[in-house]
Amino acid sequence: MTTSDPRPAGLTPSQTVGPFFGLQQGGLPWSRGPYAVDEGTPGSVWIRGQVLDGDGAPVADALIETWQSAPGHRGFARCPTDAGGCYAVLTVKPDRGTQAPHLAMSVFARGLLDRVVTRVYFADEAAANEVDPVLALVDPKRRGTLIAEPTDDGYRLDIRLQGEGETVFFSI
Amino acid sequence: MPGYQRAEGLHPPLDTPAYGSTRLRHPTQPPLVIPHTVTEMTGPALGERDLGPLDADLTRQHDGEPLGERIIVHGRVLDGNGRPLRNTLVEIWQANAGGRYRHDLDRHPAPLDPNFSGAGRCLTDDEGRYRFVSIKPGAYPWKNHHNAWRPAHIHFSLFGRAFVQRLVTQMYFPGDPLFGQDPIFNSVPDPAARARMIAAFDLDATVPEWALGYQFDLVLRGRAATPFEDDDDDE
Repeated sequence: MTTSDPRPAGLTPSQTVGPFFGLQQGGLPWSRGPYAVDEGTPGSVWIRGQVLDGDGAPVADALIETWQSAPGHRGFARCPTDAGGCYAVLTVKPDRGTQAPHLAMSVFARGLLDRVVTRVYFADEAAANEVDPVLALVDPKRRGTLIAEPTDDGYRLDIRLQGEGETVFFSI
Repeated sequence: MPGYQRAEGLHPPLDTPAYGSTRLRHPTQPPLVIPHTVTEMTGPALGERDLGPLDADLTRQHDGEPLGERIIVHGRVLDGNGRPLRNTLVEIWQANAGGRYRHDLDRHPAPLDPNFSGAGRCLTDDEGRYRFVSIKPGAYPWKNHHNAWRPAHIHFSLFGRAFVQRLVTQMYFPGDPLFGQDPIFNSVPDPAARARMIAAFDLDATVPEWALGYQFDLVLRGRAATPFEDDDDDE
């Protein structure tokens, strides 16, 4: 088929996920949600962090999703933030390809009328990060907002929605 | 490899002062435009193992039936080129007929319904069709401004094939008198796009003596046009 019109026609607009996506029975949080790979998968790591607003206060009603093209694994994880604004997803660090190892991340929340999209890179991949084509587009002073630091059981990356140290978000 | 259509101007601005919760949550830096790489052009394959048998019928998840107007909500999930998105997960959640969510933090003093949880899931079929049975959610008050009320709505979550297609939105009901005062509905800048969030009453889908039908189609971004794009190439 030949498509002639590149302009999006009739697309459905986004609306906020609102505060009530996690119902007492069902809703967006799933029991398997935070697991992009099964527990016990060799090389699995926890990616943990906190979502913060423009006052530096924790965002207790956000939903984090991560995606990576990971053959043999689910590759998708979803975790609501807790009362302290914290999320955690279990995954494996992707292999290095034409890009440095990274995860795509969406943040949904009450007060976000559309998701915001970012990426999680890894501090112990400095050489790969140095030549990553997407990181290269980011102001060097802000690149650190995309780079997770090693911890005891994986990595940590906080998401700052607004203000000092604001996370770099992408238009995709 | 061609990327996906972009959607500038379609979605609500993240800084929408009329919706108070955006104030401390909208980024102040403009988002950085990046190319569509394999990361953006692939997405999770969520399938049958993520579903339960009664997930698409919100009226049969308990011993008794929920109170309220029984409804059938159906439609198609398409991409911006008019192609059906097959076998893709559709998730919904909603308030009960009294306008109360079964959520720990919903303080609206309307009754909970012991026979209604308010969440559903299904996969689209080969023509991109989905179908839920539920009850019509009630409007409910919120504290955004004086005498603020949300129009009745059902939340929708969609994946499509690619990370770029991920969409969370809300479906509204035709003729709702609360549209005019709702900053969330009105946050979509283009009135024509706003209208696409309103389901159509569907007499053909209405089941006599049983339930009212509503049709709600959803359109996710399609592949950017190329002269030689082949139908079989986009799976």
